[in-house]
Amino acid sequence: MEATVQQFPPYRETAAPHGHDDHGHHEPNFWSKYIFSTDHKVIGIQYGFMALCFMLFGFFLMLMMRWQIAHPGVPVPVFGPLLEKILGQPAAHGAISPELYNSFGAMHGTIMIFLGVVPLAFAAFGNYVVPLMIGAPDMAFPRINMASFHAFFLGGVVMLVSFFIPGGAAQAGWTSYSPLATTIPTNGQVFWLVGMVLLITSSLLGAVNFIATIIQLRAPGMTWMRLPWFVWAQFVTAFILLLAFPPLEAAGVLQLMDNVAHTSFFLPTGLAVGGQLADRSGGGSPLLWQHLFWFLGHPEVYVLILPAMGIVVEVIANNTRKPIWGYKSLVYSVLFVGFMSFLVWAHHMFLTGMGQKIATFFQATTMIISIPSVIILTCMLLSLWGGSIRINTPMLFALGFLPMFGIGGLTGLPLGLAVCDVYLHDTYYIIAHFHYVVAPGTIFALFAGIYFWFPKMTGRKMNEFWGRVHFWCSFAFMNIVFMPMFVQGIKGMLRRMSDGGINYSAARVPNAIDALPGSVMQLNGVILWAAVCLGIAQIPFIINLFWSISHGEKVGTNPWRATTLDWQTPTPPPHGNFAHEPHVARGPYEYSVPGAAEDFTPQDAPADKTSTAPNAH
Amino acid sequence: MEIPYTVKNRPDTGLYNAKLGIWLFLASEVMLFGGLFSAYILLRVGAPAGEWPHGWLDVRLGTVNTLLLALSAITTLLAWASCKVREFGKFKFFHACTILLALTFLGIKSYEYHDKWIHYEIQLNNGKIADGHFESAVYVNQASKQEVEEHSYRGNSFSQVAGGTTNNYQLASVTIHGHVVEKHEELMDLRSEEAKKAVHKELTIAATDIKKMENYGPRHNTFTAIYFTLTGLHALHIFGGTLVIFYLWGPGSKMWKTDPERFTNRIEVSGLFWHFVDLVWIFLFPVLYLT
Repeated sequence: MEATVQQFPPYRETAAPHGHDDHGHHEPNFWSKYIFSTDHKVIGIQYGFMALCFMLFGFFLMLMMRWQIAHPGVPVPVFGPLLEKILGQPAAHGAISPELYNSFGAMHGTIMIFLGVVPLAFAAFGNYVVPLMIGAPDMAFPRINMASFHAFFLGGVVMLVSFFIPGGAAQAGWTSYSPLATTIPTNGQVFWLVGMVLLITSSLLGAVNFIATIIQLRAPGMTWMRLPWFVWAQFVTAFILLLAFPPLEAAGVLQLMDNVAHTSFFLPTGLAVGGQLADRSGGGSPLLWQHLFWFLGHPEVYVLILPAMGIVVEVIANNTRKPIWGYKSLVYSVLFVGFMSFLVWAHHMFLTGMGQKIATFFQATTMIISIPSVIILTCMLLSLWGGSIRINTPMLFALGFLPMFGIGGLTGLPLGLAVCDVYLHDTYYIIAHFHYVVAPGTIFALFAGIYFWFPKMTGRKMNEFWGRVHFWCSFAFMNIVFMPMFVQGIKGMLRRMSDGGINYSAARVPNAIDALPGSVMQLNGVILWAAVCLGIAQIPFIINLFWSISHGEKVGTNPWRATTLDWQTPTPPPHGNFAHEPHVARGPYEYSVPGAAEDFTPQDAPADKTSTAPNAH
Repeated sequence: MEIPYTVKNRPDTGLYNAKLGIWLFLASEVMLFGGLFSAYILLRVGAPAGEWPHGWLDVRLGTVNTLLLALSAITTLLAWASCKVREFGKFKFFHACTILLALTFLGIKSYEYHDKWIHYEIQLNNGKIADGHFESAVYVNQASKQEVEEHSYRGNSFSQVAGGTTNNYQLASVTIHGHVVEKHEELMDLRSEEAKKAVHKELTIAATDIKKMENYGPRHNTFTAIYFTLTGLHALHIFGGTLVIFYLWGPGSKMWKTDPERFTNRIEVSGLFWHFVDLVWIFLFPVLYLT
């Protein structure tokens, strides 16, 4: 490994002298180094750190809600008095009121998606890894990159501030359906919309930057079919963000007008609020909001999952020590997923009374989009076949991703069929389904990514033993949290109920479908304590993350013996990344090439070194 | 390593970074305005028969504004071409024209907004509707019982002003320049023969006769809502574009001396944005003014 380091002279020796921006490189102070940095690696870490904090906060909101579901109206232990002190009346006596439950629910979804997973999966990993992987010195527009992070930060601040305004944060769910979102008496929704406009701005700037970087800044020889698949996944994700987010921004502007200028874009004629006719012109369409929202909302699902799949492919290829199976199929599948993701949105709206023909169309496209997703998962699985698998923490998380995403994906099929969806819609079944995709799916992949690229960021490995503890505990408790929800949903327990369905359970109507049985209600207790344990299982990870920055095992530049360019730079990579422009000579996954000196051949190793290998390109 | 292709084209794509960046940004802008235009279509198609207004906007002003933007597109192109042939003086002249044209556009737009803002629909207690432009109002000071005539309307809602809850001044009467109609429907199609025949004159209406008074602001109906939103967002784009062009024309033009090629690229990229904003107006004009 040390030999790899030595082939790069120290940075700055070879860099061309450029007088006009030299002052930016010398002795950067704290502000220009960590807050107003234009270096893609620093920005990536900024995004990652913020996103992890937001995810922890979103997890906390979920714990509060799970307590309320399992023990409706009972004061929250430990945190109850704190909530009452901070939030006042909505948390009177330390218990969660229905209004507070609603706003926690809305903000849990918003924070986890827009402030947690997207910034971590797309912005953090994309920023840190993509330029390194394609052999670029930085992103194409470093200052726009910085602006993107600052817009994200501001958006997060606005979202957090909304908890403390009178009336509290938004309460209309992360989907913010109108007219509910306009008629709830809190300005939290206005904060939500302003926050979203900032977050969308951030994503758009990021998406433009990623696409331009991948198209323009690939190193010589880095042809499209030599891109690591992770880069492909980020490329498609960026296009989805670029084209799907603006309609939500349009919808956000319109709803902002409804809330602030008292227009009626989404408010129908004759709307009554609290038994009184609202002072509105009417004439608007609540369904318009749903269309515009889900036009983003469904592609957003692929924004959450594609970068995660990219991470899993990199980790699997590296730890099976063989080329990824079906690289081309993976590339074409991800392109097709990206395209199809724009044509499935209305499967969220089967219950809105749309015509059967339209429902059939969206049902068909939904079934079609599952095909490339299955191809991607199959390629990952087949890659394991015949590999000399190394089991380490990143690989454990990547392997955990496969069945978890499998469960999440396959349980989505009944939801995509209009007939079953009528029954399953708005039950805990759908909560279980999409959490299997995003929580043990995407988040496991993100953990894999953190453990995998941590040595590149710091030059040290995270502790392996505690990594395994983190994995096995998370794996167990994730499943105990989400698996019972399938049962609850199939039994008919509805989502978004602040009492966890206890009213429905008590309502036994003669000769009607039976109310929820007691056994289903008892599962709420199981889920609560599994969620608490899941939280405890993250403690080793948090300690490991910070402890390893200074105390982890020191490693060289390429501890995983990987082929891609991100591992062929000094560690941590300096400003400008590469001392010499890398020249790419082969594809991304040249592991165990017969006849090669080592079991991995870096993409930029000169071609003559491996000329004895039969398939060295 | 420095970031490549900031000025020169990458051979295999034929683009420098910023040019690709602006095209991508414009793609997202297309989706943004696409979403808003879809909203327009859905609202209009969903409106009950006779509820969608026609002829509420001044086609003459709209036409002038369309010509202004079309002309500014030409001057933007010429400004870039002047940079290409290295004629800095011509560049200065053409972009000065662009900025003036843009400001005139915004001026006319603000006049149109103001016109809608002082245009009131007044529902009377006898069931008729008075409709016209606000001229003046008479208020009574509740303490001194003195009457004050003002040329602006106090307060946000009629009930507030009529009830005297705003600064102790109670509304006594309103004077508008307009006409009185029997039914709301008569106000919807201003291109109809009947509407053209209507005689507009000064009308003074006592506050006691008024049931509801509302201007043609965004909340008036879905047409004014989408009109203000679409043209407002477009005007923001015009404003932003003008700021950028002004910067490049003024303080930013120093780069001409140090790096003319890069400066020319900046003019091209900002010009692409400007052309897009013009194009949006080309859609807005028929959709809002002509139908």
